[in-house]
Amino acid sequence: MNRTASSLGKDLVGLEHLSAQQLLTILDTAEPFKEISERRIKKVPVLRGKTIVNLFFEPSTRTRVSFEFAEKRLSADTVNISASGSSVVKGETLVDTARNLEAMKIDMVVIRHGASGAARFLAERIPSNVVNAGDGRHEHPTQALLDLLTIRDNFGRIEGLKVCIVGDILHSRVARSNIYGLLKLGAEVAVCGPPTLLPRGIEQLGVTVFKRIEEAIAWADVLNVLRLQLERMQAGFLPSLREYNQVWGVTSRRLEEAEKEILILHPGPMNRGVEIDSDVADGPHSVILDQVTNGVAVRMAVLYLLAGGEPERAEDAKQGGEA
Amino acid sequence: MTRPLVVRGGRVVDPTQRLDAVVDVLVADGHVAAVGAGLEAPEGALELDAAGMVVTPGLIDVHVHLREPGEEHKETIATGARAAAAGGFTAVCAMPNTDPVVDDPAGVGFVLRQAAAARAARVYPVGAISVGQKGEQLAAIGEMVEAGAVAITDDGHPVMDSGLMRMALEYAQAFDIPVADHPEDLGISRGGVMNEGLVSTRLGLRGKPNASEDVHIVRDLLLAEHTGGRIHLQHVSTAFGVEAIRQAKARGVWVTAEATPHHLLLTDEAVDGYDTNAKMNPPLRRPEDRDAVREGLRDGTLDVLATDHAPHHYDEKEAAFDDAPFGIVGLETALGLVYGHLVEGGLIDLATMVERMSCQPARAFGLPGGSLEPGSVGDVTVFDPAAEWTVDPATFRSKSRNTPFAGWTLKGRPVWTIVGGEVVYGAAGPEEG
Repeated sequence: MNRTASSLGKDLVGLEHLSAQQLLTILDTAEPFKEISERRIKKVPVLRGKTIVNLFFEPSTRTRVSFEFAEKRLSADTVNISASGSSVVKGETLVDTARNLEAMKIDMVVIRHGASGAARFLAERIPSNVVNAGDGRHEHPTQALLDLLTIRDNFGRIEGLKVCIVGDILHSRVARSNIYGLLKLGAEVAVCGPPTLLPRGIEQLGVTVFKRIEEAIAWADVLNVLRLQLERMQAGFLPSLREYNQVWGVTSRRLEEAEKEILILHPGPMNRGVEIDSDVADGPHSVILDQVTNGVAVRMAVLYLLAGGEPERAEDAKQGGEA
Repeated sequence: MTRPLVVRGGRVVDPTQRLDAVVDVLVADGHVAAVGAGLEAPEGALELDAAGMVVTPGLIDVHVHLREPGEEHKETIATGARAAAAGGFTAVCAMPNTDPVVDDPAGVGFVLRQAAAARAARVYPVGAISVGQKGEQLAAIGEMVEAGAVAITDDGHPVMDSGLMRMALEYAQAFDIPVADHPEDLGISRGGVMNEGLVSTRLGLRGKPNASEDVHIVRDLLLAEHTGGRIHLQHVSTAFGVEAIRQAKARGVWVTAEATPHHLLLTDEAVDGYDTNAKMNPPLRRPEDRDAVREGLRDGTLDVLATDHAPHHYDEKEAAFDDAPFGIVGLETALGLVYGHLVEGGLIDLATMVERMSCQPARAFGLPGGSLEPGSVGDVTVFDPAAEWTVDPATFRSKSRNTPFAGWTLKGRPVWTIVGGEVVYGAAGPEEG
């Protein structure tokens, strides 16, 4: 297995600098891996003998568990390090953590960190493959990849679709990764949210900006509804959650007024009754649980490719070959 | 008693005498004794052959952080004063945001004593505006001036209370010193780590918008106009800020203002890749802001070039961008950057460079120097305008290495730095002696 031969490069830090071809390679590689999770014995020896550290400086259940399943189903040896509680996660700790990991000769690190750029910081300092599981407000590439896969599963394509990301764009790494991924694959992208939560210059990335949800719903084929972090209210970005739901909430009443059916995604965890109403989240057009299922397959694909696995041999790998 | 000293045959550039000619400069008893062709040297005088060199009044940096007392792992007054001398500066003004804050005459005296012991560039203490730089109550301004402070500022902790700023601008008039301000509305910039714009949006970093600086520049100008006080605006980085100062000067407001080499030469694109050596406050801004700062330096709206030399230990900068401290070192690269990129680059001529780096800083802060007229203090900078060199932070005299200019090719290198008639940097100086 040769790290430099990976079709993705050494690391997956974000989608901004990947090509459309690389994105498609990941999505296509995820397809055969979906089936492994449906088997009675959910394990293939693709990453046997590889050690992977899941280094989580921020609390996370969903993403960490999804990565862990992906790793275990590929037969990697995994270690979880949680340094939650923000006091221990700052600056020098990250350097020292990187050096310690390097000294233990691990093969891959999956990192979640509260500071934008933390994954890249680590990637530049250790020879192991680094996968970004979310860095500050910067990127969350595997989340966007699973969103892309879920959209493609439903429409059979991504090109030409109108996708609007709704909510707190300012603080969202999911939004940034989605914007890059969707645009590269030919979708039209919009963002919608309170103007206090729309970052400056966002339209220069090539997205349309809607300040009201009604406009977004009238336009979109897909809504990707972001979680509203409750602390945004305390920080003064919004008057109240109630008002947020009234003005920007994705409700069945609003969706009924749309002329077409709109696919609903949400990266979770949801605040029901705030950014999304329960009857929408649980309704026929919601693919929120499909996203979770696809998350494992996409992460298996990323780990496989970074380990040097050839995309065209993913089908064989699933039958028992090693990467 | 120091030996007399003759700087022989250099191109002497002194705007205060409208002088740009190949002449000699004689310094004796700590002062400039004569400037002219073929000067006869007194017996025992030190002869410095400056053929091919540029000779100017000593360069002065009115904005440096020397970190002592309190953060001596980053810099001390001695290492900072030596870094200054190595950069061609004969004098610097030390900001008071140390630990403890320089907000009383004892603090001022400490800085002066440490500076005297260093025997390098002169170090002029700047005192705090408010006690502990807390922005609540005026510090002992009169006593600090009595002890040797040359200005006041709460740099690093901008004065948010406009009423306090008004009082500082009134009160300081009794002592004939400028009130220097780091213009930033902390309410607008809160949490920001770089310029707010497309790059910050892409990188997912919190931004400080231009407006956070502009609001305070305009406030300070209005207060200076109202009080008749003397405002010195530090490290101006925005296009609007430059224009507001230009208009205020036209109205007769008593304002001086700084431009830094980094705001003249870099934009927020330098942050891409999360380079913590491109993290400073105010942040690197858009190309149109950089261009406006350049025009301000050229036309004199920004009268003073200052580095905002802000050393930090490498451990502190080796961190995620959010966690790294603001600031870069500047003393040892300023001359080569300004001469190599702005004078040779055609923005300003050599006389204007000397104005901005020596004459105006002396005037703005009421310091000795800034001129080679006979009788002036014997502070002289001699540099080689033909010397091209590559920035290698490992060679810095400063204790810190945090510069975004590593690897840049600069032109213009200090050869001798002379303070009070004594060579403090260069061959024949204390380093070789």
